[in-house]
Amino acid sequence: MTDTTGFALEAAAVGKRFGRRRGSGGWALRDCGFRLPAGRVCAVVGPNGAGKSTLLALAAGLLVPTEGRVTVLGTDPASARARVGFVAQDKPLYPHLTVAETLRMGADLNPRRWDAPTAERIVADGDLGPKTRIRALSGGQRTRVALALALAKRPELLLLDEPMADLDPLARHELMGVLMAQAAQYGTTIVMSSHVVAELEGSCDHLLLIGGGRVRLAGEIDELLEAHVRVSGLAQTSLAPHTVVESRTTGRQLSALIRPAGPLPEGLRTSAPSLEELVLSYLRNPQAPGTTPAEAASESEKATL
Amino acid sequence: MVEYRIDRRSGVATYVQIVQQTKQALRLGLLEPGDKLPTAREVVEATAINPNTVLKAYRELEREGLVEARRGLGTFVRRSLGTAPAESPLHGELDVWAAKARAAGLDRDDVAALFTAVLEKHFADIPAQHSSDQHSQGDLS
Repeated sequence: MTDTTGFALEAAAVGKRFGRRRGSGGWALRDCGFRLPAGRVCAVVGPNGAGKSTLLALAAGLLVPTEGRVTVLGTDPASARARVGFVAQDKPLYPHLTVAETLRMGADLNPRRWDAPTAERIVADGDLGPKTRIRALSGGQRTRVALALALAKRPELLLLDEPMADLDPLARHELMGVLMAQAAQYGTTIVMSSHVVAELEGSCDHLLLIGGGRVRLAGEIDELLEAHVRVSGLAQTSLAPHTVVESRTTGRQLSALIRPAGPLPEGLRTSAPSLEELVLSYLRNPQAPGTTPAEAASESEKATL
Repeated sequence: MVEYRIDRRSGVATYVQIVQQTKQALRLGLLEPGDKLPTAREVVEATAINPNTVLKAYRELEREGLVEARRGLGTFVRRSLGTAPAESPLHGELDVWAAKARAAGLDRDDVAALFTAVLEKHFADIPAQHSSDQHSQGDLS
């Protein structure tokens, strides 16, 4: 979990274009670069339509990038497929099969990697009868079956697109516990998207913030939080030369979220931002300079040397 | 065995909460030398927190000499906390002192204030380990 021998997922200048929509020029993702070390639990966060699902589908090998290269577990996404688990947002399952038949199909499709006890336990914990047909399940129950299929495959990389959206709070906590246990026991790298940051806080140690089809922030959550500080002081305080992500003046008071570039001016009160505050500040300010993919890449290069 | 309760709204870093709750269990005698801490897997399955957070807490406890990791076996308590058990001579002296203070006409608040003042004088260089721990900024994982 802690020693990382390599990268589970890498993107180099990746772009994906759908058709030729006007306005955005059809680019769902553009110039996307990051590297995710193996063994991490990564949150992919961004507003609706930011490109999260496109990124996950590229990593799963279901889409081919228009430009750039995606590397999964050291190889191309198609070759890595047997070692990757993917749960799409709409949880595609066969509606006419029963729960038991669905699991049997999973076993047949993954003959050498299938962990039947895990699949059966996840399903049983949700009180799903093995003879129930998929079409009769609620959205949350379907999510449970889809996660059982993905986890029983014992993937090295698990890609989950909005996995918790349909779940009630109890099931969400329980299934997040199952995912974390998987990561603890097998060192599984998990990448999960959500537009609800609070849902991922505490469970993820790595962040990929996507906005407008680009990577805004990428890195260890601890390090990203440490690199930012919330400040407040008098309105005329100059924040140069620090990078200002967001600033607001109310009467005589200035409050801002900044990335300090050295010692801060006297008279500023400082506090540590929460992950949610950090993410929201970047999303509210699309022009705020993020940690560029190049910086992130050179940093991770330094880290691996 | 301890069970950790994580409060995500407390503002205290998750790994610090695990460190503090382990120390509390050691002080209260819920954990004794030789006892095994829950595995990272057990903790994360129950709490849904990130495995690396648990390992970070256990490393911190190990660095402080309270626990030791035995390869392939788990993490075990090395020593307990609280070096002044109820039966020690120190306890006896304090007991005598408190009786004297009361006989001299001090009330409960007077005694508490006096004790705190002396405590501050002798332990000024060692911060108390409350939730306003120095580590509490920003770790959310």
